[in-house]
Amino acid sequence: DLNDKAGQFFNSGHTNNWAVLVCTSRFWFNYRHVANTLSVYRSVKRLGIPDSRIVLMLADDMACNHRNPKPATVFSHKNMELNVYGDDVEVDYRGYEVTVENFLRVLTGRLPASTPRSKRLLSDDRSNILIYLTGHGGNGFLKFQDSEEISNVELADAFEQMWQKRRYNELLFIIDTCQGASMYERFYSPNLMALASSQVGEDSLSHQPDLAIGVHLMDRYTFYLLEFLEDIHPSSTTNMNQLFKVCPKSQCVSTPGHRTDLFLRDPGRVLITDFFGSVRKVEITMETINLSSPMEPLPER
Amino acid sequence: MVGVPLWWRTTETYRAWLPVNQINELAELQVCLCYRSMAHWTRYVHPVLGYQAGCHLRILNEILARDHSGDDTLSVLHVEADLSLHTLSASPCGSVVVYVIPETSVLLPQGVDVYIGHRRTAVLRMGAPMSVGKNHKQLLAHLEPRITQVVQVMSFSHTDITAALSDRVRLSPGSKESLADSMRSFKSSPGYEITFSLLNPDPKSHRLDWDIEGAVHSYIQPLLTKLAPLANFSIDSQILYYAMLGVNPRFDSSLEAYTLNADSLAHVINPVEARLGSNAASSNPVLNFLLYVPDAHHSPLYIHDHQKQPVASNAFHSPRWGGIMVYNVNDLYGRGETPLPVNININMEKVMGVFLAQLRLMLGVQSSPAPPGFLVEPCGGAGLADWELDRLMWSRTVENVATATTTITSLAQLLDQIGNIVINDNIASQVSSTVTSLQLAVAELEAGNLGFALQYSKEAILASERAFFDPSLLHLLYFPDDQKFAIYIPLFLPMCVPILLSLIKIASEARQRRKLKQSKKD
Repeated sequence: DLNDKAGQFFNSGHTNNWAVLVCTSRFWFNYRHVANTLSVYRSVKRLGIPDSRIVLMLADDMACNHRNPKPATVFSHKNMELNVYGDDVEVDYRGYEVTVENFLRVLTGRLPASTPRSKRLLSDDRSNILIYLTGHGGNGFLKFQDSEEISNVELADAFEQMWQKRRYNELLFIIDTCQGASMYERFYSPNLMALASSQVGEDSLSHQPDLAIGVHLMDRYTFYLLEFLEDIHPSSTTNMNQLFKVCPKSQCVSTPGHRTDLFLRDPGRVLITDFFGSVRKVEITMETINLSSPMEPLPER
Repeated sequence: MVGVPLWWRTTETYRAWLPVNQINELAELQVCLCYRSMAHWTRYVHPVLGYQAGCHLRILNEILARDHSGDDTLSVLHVEADLSLHTLSASPCGSVVVYVIPETSVLLPQGVDVYIGHRRTAVLRMGAPMSVGKNHKQLLAHLEPRITQVVQVMSFSHTDITAALSDRVRLSPGSKESLADSMRSFKSSPGYEITFSLLNPDPKSHRLDWDIEGAVHSYIQPLLTKLAPLANFSIDSQILYYAMLGVNPRFDSSLEAYTLNADSLAHVINPVEARLGSNAASSNPVLNFLLYVPDAHHSPLYIHDHQKQPVASNAFHSPRWGGIMVYNVNDLYGRGETPLPVNININMEKVMGVFLAQLRLMLGVQSSPAPPGFLVEPCGGAGLADWELDRLMWSRTVENVATATTTITSLAQLLDQIGNIVINDNIASQVSSTVTSLQLAVAELEAGNLGFALQYSKEAILASERAFFDPSLLHLLYFPDDQKFAIYIPLFLPMCVPILLSLIKIASEARQRRKLKQSKKD
């Protein structure tokens, strides 16, 4: 029994899960980036991570955009099958608050003292964090708000500062942009696993337009990622090697890449729910305190 | 020529001075932990030593000398001894007092060699009786390994300290239990928030009444007051209606009850957590304690462990999160037709007994079971024995010192590597105060003053966190070298060419003049 209990502890060293989901582009024609982020948000919530542990950053509001023919919805599939906006969405950073500076502040924890709890990443040394970025990118950078960029060196430095302060146990980094693989080239901190939708020199393509809404609804990589995640439930035992196979070149046109050399565990033993879900470790309370004996008066010191 | 230093000065970033040398020294720090322990020899151990002065010894000798007829009094003798000893002496924080009693004494029950009480004393039964010829030093040497074992249980042992240092020193975990321990308890933090929630999924059947304020005041507050030197605690409570567990319990016909087995417990917490809420103003870790009263259709509900046996406490906990207890009420209203909803008054003593045990686990108080032959007095209403508090203080102090050292050394390294970050004066002062506090904490640890050491280590941690997480330390100015050249070359190269040429001209003229002077001299 002790082995059983202890065994559950050792498959992974984490006790809680966090997710930081960022959409970096604005304007109506970048509808698909918001839909990408919201579909990952929806999967992560469905698999158990609560809103208090998700930092959702959306650079623009598509659901209530005046060009949206179906207000208060964000669809991910052309027949409007899946409304990923739902009725229980909590956006922590919205609109112009999504900047490189705020993103790095969230990651490193250097926020002003007045920042409320919902806008902070309060992870500790036993947290597994999922970071998802989507938007327009290039070789070594990711564009924020059409006016600034974050470079892969800054991102790697931010992760190193997180590691120095033990703000994560393991980190999964997923990026869906053009030339996404360049963003994880410079990582050097331990326990990082990265996935990207395309290699350097390739563009990530969008999936399909919807004629009623008038824009492309999702990017290919995230579309197939969402399809993959819809089959996962909280007690699944699917591991990361299956995640690496999502969206092969035949479906994605670009070649998704991944990087696991900095990760200490074997990806085949890492469960999808270690990052996308929140499976709690649980122990039975064996002892109780007997409070019925009269309390002795404590001597005055 | 004048322009170059001017340009340099205006484009450099302001960096206040940091005590880098001292920080590097800290990285190599060796901490020495000293505890004070005193051994008292009671009568019959050694005829000469036993007659030492001191009223506490007198009392113990009196108890020993009493006529011990009648078995009923035996079992509580050690408790009585413990109590009466403590009304006299107040041993300082971090010290351990061991009373050595003869082998044949009946103060301790049969089979028990060591008794550890509520405060900071232990009663140790001596091994084989010693011959009269031995002196004090030899007796001490004979008993030293056993006394060391007692002190290790009561203060700290090698595994405890390595676990506390796990942040700084990456050691492989000693055992599965120690890794589970380190994952379960919260890391040292200046404050914690504790939330008690009552979940009533069926308000139509039960109207629940819990005196949470009174219960917290009587049962939880003593523990928290004792833990005040370690951290601040803030407590709140709430009642949630129509909050289901999210997992369907199975009906077990043999028990005529519903059961939740250990595997499904992991999925219970998530659906509830979304509704729990937390205090938006602070960033302290939150401990949640939930009391769940099953709805009438799923009553009674029992939790089964991995062996399918019902759990006595009917509760479970999740590391670094909190605990959940299932409270069955269906036996409180009879089988007959009682008008719904039934008023139920929850027995807070039972509930708080479980929550207190879980709280102790979450805060890192509980540790490995005592070695064989040890009898440890359960903490009862006080919530925490003094030596348990000392234990916690030792490991927290070491943890704080280790964390603050890691923070400050990595900050120094970071600021060194990235030349573009501005270092304000307040950061420099925080760093200096961290270094000072750390040095003081280490000095106090060496001297054995646990209370002061903890205080200094807390100050060190606060200052180091404030310095590391200062919002002004954000480095956004990443300029790759080729971009720097690309900016400066078109500006300065055209200017440099005439300057260089004129410098060369001046130098060649100076050389010619020197040659003329020399030839004139000759």
